[in-house]
Amino acid sequence: MTTVAATAHTAHAHHDDRSFIRKYIFSTDHKIIGIQFLFVSLFFLLIGGLLAMQMRWQLAYPGQPMPGGGILPETMAPGGVILPEYYIQLVTMHGTFMVFFAIMPLLVGVYANFLIPLKIGTHDMAFPRINMWSFWSFFVGGLVMLASLFVPDGAARAGWTMYAPLSARHDFSGASLGQELWSVSIIFVGLSSILGSLNYITTIINNRAPGMTWFRLPLSVWSLFITAILGLLALPVLSGAAIMLLFDQIIGTHFFDPAAGGQALLWQHLFWFFGHPEVYILILPAMGMVSDIIANGSRKPIFGYHSMVFAIVAIAFLGWIVWGHHMFMSGMNPTLGSSFMVSTLVIAVPSAVKVFNWMGTMWRGNIRFHVPMLHAVAFVAMFAIGGLSGIYMAATPVDMFIHDTYFIVAHLHYVLFGGSLFALFGAIVYWYPKMFGRMMSEPWGKVHFWLTFIFYNCTFFPMHILGMAGHMRRIYDPTQYTFLQPYQPMNVFISISAFLLFATQLIFFVNFWWSLRKGARAEQNPWHDNGLEWSLPSPAPHGNWEQVPTVYRGPYEFSSPQVAEDYLPQHKKLPTDREPARAPVAGH
Amino acid sequence: MRSTVIPVVCGVMAIVGCEKGRAGASPGVAQAAESVPVTAQPAASATDGATITGKIKFTGAKPVNPKIDMGDEPKCKAKYQGVPTDELVVVNPNGTLANVFVYVKTGLPAGYTAPAPAGPVTLDQDGCRYHPHVLGIQVGQTLAIKNSDGILHNIKAKAVKNRPFNISQPTSMTSERTFSAPEVMVPLECNVHGWMHAWLGVLPHPFFGVSGADGSFTLKGLPPGTYTVEAWHEKYGTQTATVTVAGTETKTADFSFAAK
Amino acid sequence: MHWWLPLKGSTFAGEVDGLFLAITIITGIAFVVVEVGLIWFVVKYRQRPGRKAFYTHGNTRAEVIWTTIPAVTMVALGLISNHYWVKIKGRHSVPANAYPIAIHAKQFEWQVTYPGADGQLGTSDDFTVRNQLHVPVGRPVVVHLSAEDVIHSFFVPVFRVKQDAVPGMQINSWFQATVPGNYELACAELCGLGHYRMRAQVFVHTQEDYDAWLKQAAQEAAQ
Repeated sequence: MTTVAATAHTAHAHHDDRSFIRKYIFSTDHKIIGIQFLFVSLFFLLIGGLLAMQMRWQLAYPGQPMPGGGILPETMAPGGVILPEYYIQLVTMHGTFMVFFAIMPLLVGVYANFLIPLKIGTHDMAFPRINMWSFWSFFVGGLVMLASLFVPDGAARAGWTMYAPLSARHDFSGASLGQELWSVSIIFVGLSSILGSLNYITTIINNRAPGMTWFRLPLSVWSLFITAILGLLALPVLSGAAIMLLFDQIIGTHFFDPAAGGQALLWQHLFWFFGHPEVYILILPAMGMVSDIIANGSRKPIFGYHSMVFAIVAIAFLGWIVWGHHMFMSGMNPTLGSSFMVSTLVIAVPSAVKVFNWMGTMWRGNIRFHVPMLHAVAFVAMFAIGGLSGIYMAATPVDMFIHDTYFIVAHLHYVLFGGSLFALFGAIVYWYPKMFGRMMSEPWGKVHFWLTFIFYNCTFFPMHILGMAGHMRRIYDPTQYTFLQPYQPMNVFISISAFLLFATQLIFFVNFWWSLRKGARAEQNPWHDNGLEWSLPSPAPHGNWEQVPTVYRGPYEFSSPQVAEDYLPQHKKLPTDREPARAPVAGH
Repeated sequence: MRSTVIPVVCGVMAIVGCEKGRAGASPGVAQAAESVPVTAQPAASATDGATITGKIKFTGAKPVNPKIDMGDEPKCKAKYQGVPTDELVVVNPNGTLANVFVYVKTGLPAGYTAPAPAGPVTLDQDGCRYHPHVLGIQVGQTLAIKNSDGILHNIKAKAVKNRPFNISQPTSMTSERTFSAPEVMVPLECNVHGWMHAWLGVLPHPFFGVSGADGSFTLKGLPPGTYTVEAWHEKYGTQTATVTVAGTETKTADFSFAAK
Repeated sequence: MHWWLPLKGSTFAGEVDGLFLAITIITGIAFVVVEVGLIWFVVKYRQRPGRKAFYTHGNTRAEVIWTTIPAVTMVALGLISNHYWVKIKGRHSVPANAYPIAIHAKQFEWQVTYPGADGQLGTSDDFTVRNQLHVPVGRPVVVHLSAEDVIHSFFVPVFRVKQDAVPGMQINSWFQATVPGNYELACAELCGLGHYRMRAQVFVHTQEDYDAWLKQAAQEAAQ
């Protein structure tokens, strides 16, 4: 600990004379950029949630005026009654905001930026200016997407998957500018991700501290590294597809319009070739951060570190050859369906390995239930359900029934909410002290966790039952179908749970904002963790280290018999440790 | 976050709400007007202008309109005693042709302007058919689209010179739209009920009419001049006539369409 | 309200449901192992004063076991699923004697074309009925699916059949109804603002009833 304190002390000597704008707005500091991503994407998370609440109102009480709906214009909800065209905008924009502007930037934008330099032991990203542009490109994309809700004819309305030709031809969708703005916004987001990914990959390869070998990297860094590779390869495909779609929409090309010689399925292939790696972009960083938190909470080394790394790589690799499982019913050659089914089922194997290794980590641990740990355990429990329900739709004959039903909605929310979002809540609380120098309230964190856990399951678990009844996705009024009418009470139950779930999130937001000013001052290493970031003061200063630390071991040396405490930081030199071969990088 | 974000979002929504509120009034407004646009909208100067009137004759065998199967819309089917049919060609008992849109195509003085009437033109969806089937409206005038069926209809306006739109009405309600440019004709359709079609003529002046149950039309309040009058029918196409009027006289221009 | 799958209305409903049940058993076991294990660990290994966690980096044998079991299970499941998949959707799965019906999907209705008395599509006695699918029971029916404008999806829950209708393509999908009755056909792919109401009635008739209906409907259509 003495070395830690010394490093922290000298860090203050690094004089920071940047102007306010350079420091907080057009900042090139990876931590500020991470925090910018955090604020903006939490805002979009809230927007996405608000859109979902409106959908849930309509599904529970079709055709009844929505409380507060009177403020919506006549083109969306006359007299507060949601119109079908507004409902499908809600469906589309909820998915779009949550995937592209909430979960993805929260995981990658926030934590790749914030954690990578801190965890590998470097002063900043390899390309700080590119990093800044990555944020501002995302920000512009977000503003464009938000604005599209308020243009004449309303926002895009072909689902977040934007299937052509519905998305490509304005006379089919009934929206024009909104559809075009969606494409434009996605191009910006694609650019943002490509720039970010380039940066993360370069930084991890080149800027690791002395002694930080590949197999001493925390799993969070490993997963962010693999995620960045996925992003770098997948986002150009999406951007290209979005440009083609935009051309179809505004200059009359017909890439996706069969009436003029285009191919409707081309869009689906391009979209899902991006889209399935995207699914793993949305979960791998969560898995990585959960691994860090579970090892910390269990006070044990991660169980099977190497197989955890290989599982990440395997998931990422297999992620490239499963996109067709979104298209089993699309009219694609059924023989392709067979091969995509096999590759999809095989993905269950590395996923299972990860789940069992997390359990193995907890086994014979000495588990501390701090708020991040609660969220991490919930992540494992919920991700397991989401992973298992994925097997149903991987099996093509079963998919024939449950494809495009609420079973899918349940599945993807178990992975994205039960998985990614629980991990994110954990991560936000866990690294909050290092970001802001204060702790979030522990009691309120626990209240938020338990209420979220309960209402989350009440909201999404019954959707499996709806899916088994054949309840289609994205329908405005299920009571139009005789066979769905008996399930209306379940829709009401789900909606009430969803409203409570949303209300519960306000606890989190209040805790977050309140703690920024009033939270208890954070000590340097409040969770007694081993990562390099905890060798810095809270909050971490500009430039991080005056002199980067030297790494002597992996990140999960908890309860090591070598020391009396139950943790052993990566940079702590024991008498038996030798200096790494590479000389430490000189401070600047 | 709570303290800043929510008010901002609400604020943005409220602003947009106000803007939309100007264009589309509350549903209550439109219900006042009933749809009888058989004759032309009288202009401000209707009493002192000239008049063009006439009949649309029909010759040849009366075609049979296809039947409409409303089997899966019991609410609509119940509104008919027999089997409802399309309104592609409606021949009146007196041998005249209904649903012909007659309007002044050219001849108005340069710079002629006519303010849009305050009242709306109503297009009613009743019994899964449009009433009227053919109608005219002035640029800037409100089209009140009414759903009297209480089931989902969508209204797709396949306009070229105006902004096309595609809106839906899941229940009994009225929506309002206006048109900014002259266009003859704007096709309107419902895609939930593929047989539902209507035709809307958008003109910058009030000199238009639709032949009704007696097959006649009247264009009132014309300033003196020589006009090209066009008669448009959805199946039989267009015919034109040149008519010169002066003072407050009334001239006749008959058209005749033959079965094809 | 059912808490399980709806009525089995076609020959492969039983197979699909059987596979669904098999997956439920497999995933149910995994679910219990994971969730009970988690709860057990959470309770048993919760922090207690004076105790230190067991210092281990893993156990290769355990990891091999829990890699192999899911791998074998998944491959087996894949093989079984593929057997049914090829049977139901394979390129040559449509029975030769299947009765043809053409369905043209457009925003927002199903135009169902019947082959008339000669049992052949593409002849002059074909006729089209809107939003009504009539099929005989106990006989394979092949649906020639096409779409006018955007992608729709032909979905009859009781038949466990789903197939997208894609503009620019004709896709054949077959089923064999087993229980006479009145069911619903839904569009399962978001196709625009009227998507939620793009539905049709499905009538499964006995062969005699079907023949009678066909004759009457053909007459009505000819008028």
